Amino acid sequence: MNSLKSQGFAPVVSDLKKDGSEWTVKEKIMLGLSPKEYWAVQRRNPFNWVLWVIYAVGLPILVGRFIFGLGWVTHSSYDYPWGLFLGWGLFVMVPLSASGFMMGTTVELFGRKDFKPIERLGLLNGLLGYLFAVMFLQVDLGQPWRLIYPMFVSLGPAAVLFLVAWHVATYLSCQVAELVPAFSEWMGFPKAKKFIKSMVLGLTVAGIILSTLHQGALGALFTYAPGKVHPLWYSSPFQWFHFFVSAVFAGLSMLIVVSTLTKWFMRWRCDENYLNNLSKLTLGLAKGASLALITYLVTKIIGIAHDNNWAYLLTGWGAWYMFEIVVGVLLPLTFYTMAVRNSNASLARFAAFLAVFGIALNRLNTALITFNWQLYQEIPHWREVVIVITVYSTYIVVYRAVLARMPILYTWKEKK
Amino acid sequence: MKKLNRRSFLKGGLAGGATIVAVGTSKQALAGTHNFGGYPDSMGVLVDLTKCVGCRTCEAACNKEQGLPTPDKPFDDLSVFEEKREGGLPRRTSEKAYTVVQKYDVEGREHPLFRKVQCNHCNEPACLTSCFVNAYKKTPEGAVIYDKTVCVGCRTCMIACPFYIPAYSYSSAINPVVKKCIMCYDTRLKFGRPPACVESCPQEVMTFGKRTDLLKLAHQRISEKPDKYVDQVYGETEVGGTAWMYMSDVPFDKIGYDNHLGTQPIISYVKEFLAMVPMVLTIWPALFTGFHLLSNRKDALKNDDNKS
Repeated sequence: MNSLKSQGFAPVVSDLKKDGSEWTVKEKIMLGLSPKEYWAVQRRNPFNWVLWVIYAVGLPILVGRFIFGLGWVTHSSYDYPWGLFLGWGLFVMVPLSASGFMMGTTVELFGRKDFKPIERLGLLNGLLGYLFAVMFLQVDLGQPWRLIYPMFVSLGPAAVLFLVAWHVATYLSCQVAELVPAFSEWMGFPKAKKFIKSMVLGLTVAGIILSTLHQGALGALFTYAPGKVHPLWYSSPFQWFHFFVSAVFAGLSMLIVVSTLTKWFMRWRCDENYLNNLSKLTLGLAKGASLALITYLVTKIIGIAHDNNWAYLLTGWGAWYMFEIVVGVLLPLTFYTMAVRNSNASLARFAAFLAVFGIALNRLNTALITFNWQLYQEIPHWREVVIVITVYSTYIVVYRAVLARMPILYTWKEKK
Repeated sequence: MKKLNRRSFLKGGLAGGATIVAVGTSKQALAGTHNFGGYPDSMGVLVDLTKCVGCRTCEAACNKEQGLPTPDKPFDDLSVFEEKREGGLPRRTSEKAYTVVQKYDVEGREHPLFRKVQCNHCNEPACLTSCFVNAYKKTPEGAVIYDKTVCVGCRTCMIACPFYIPAYSYSSAINPVVKKCIMCYDTRLKFGRPPACVESCPQEVMTFGKRTDLLKLAHQRISEKPDKYVDQVYGETEVGGTAWMYMSDVPFDKIGYDNHLGTQPIISYVKEFLAMVPMVLTIWPALFTGFHLLSNRKDALKNDDNKS
């Protein structure tokens, strides 16, 4: 598509074509290309070839999971009841999707309108991350059709997972509402946008509450397993706070990563406003992320001191812990700070990739790698890995499809 | 507006407190602690591990009572003791076996020691407190039972159980649920009868009775034979106390028992987060709306100026 644009192709940016007639929905879905051109573009894209391979292998296995049960795709471990579906799909995806409430807070609550060009990308990153976290959950739950049981059939309100279920559900609808403006512009329903605008502050505050609690709750889920998670990754009083604060820089770093990818691979869809502001905004996000990182680092140290876990630092697990802290926290913190001081957006982008890696490592460490550290290490079944790759690819496909169409990376030109 | 000074504030607080005490006086409120500590007349089982000979009769009785599938190896096949699951660990409870006997070769002990594993039926069960569909129930008789018709299959109870007891029927695609010992609640305990395994034991390893009586009995036995028994009743205080309790002649940590579980029920580690939830729910709205007003005050002032 980038090369198409350099040849003079103009993507859809308003209700009207150049000649003054209106785009039909079908034409908008085809990106303003003729069907023939559209499919030709899709076929030329090598990333799509990779996707075809992933789906050829992954879809049958995904279907098989629902026909033959979880026992067919996992090791059916009683000792490790949670595997990669939740380890990756819930515990890694959700913090990386904290960008939604971060950007809502920055722009709508603190009135930093200068972050507007990247706000919608942050919101979309949040919405899709949560949506696919629920998809992963649906793959993992023994009886996915009973997902609504904790809501309406049999309520266990004292359980942490009850809070997670309700908050993720309400927050999802909250995020859908926050993105209604983008959808309404694209579809041409101006009234919906006005309605959402009237309650945007309420939505944003709700987003902060729900995010604080469910990001924290994901950590608190592990406080049910005090002896099972390694002490260096476990802290009864601080677990929720560690998960919450790390979600802040995780969300911001993921936003930097995604915006970098769009700049590289979807440049054709970005408008001047977005591209010209991106470096400056990246540094703004870097500033926020470095503040969260230093808070996280200090509270992690306090966590160790509080439980007097220093001795564990000298063990093999301690070395692994230091690796996570150095590569996933200290290095990004240093690079972010240098980037902000020297106005070096590229360095901030590198720091963001490291921070995202660090957060993924932290969550996998807590949920899988150090879990049952006194028993043995569970290695996920290959079918489990294939399903994770398949569902994650679908996430990327949907993400790309929305970015290519709705006004996320560009500003919609309203009818006068 | 009337100024609220320290004295009037304290007065109001005292009056309010007195009203609450007057209205809300009940036995529980006066007890003053927030620990549940178990039902007073709940039943339990005392297991004297020194008596077990590893005949697996209890496993067979459980299998029959609970209508579990016939295992690959018959119950008189003692080669199962040599079976190892992943990590070189001994066999554990599964969807097809709610109780299993493990064999431990202990140095210095003449014979191997056999250990019966099943749900310990905690006073304050971690599985119960972690379940988001409230499937679990601790009955006044002492059993931890569950309603499998509402089980969603999140498997948090398996994460939470400090004893690694609940299993899951992964093999089922249509109706997988959590599976564990229910102390024969439906068929026996409800009617005051001991669980099938207890009744079946030819060695009388297990004693069924009121938990409080069993504790007295255990300590009496230990004081009568202090050279024989280790001075610990496992389950008396572990994670808030369990209905099943154990006596041994070798230290418990040598035969697979976790002696680092602490005396607090698992939920007490989660409470620090749970207490924070209402704080965030009530404080955040005002706090962040306040931040919003603060950070937009310049615009607001400008608008006011324009109007006037």
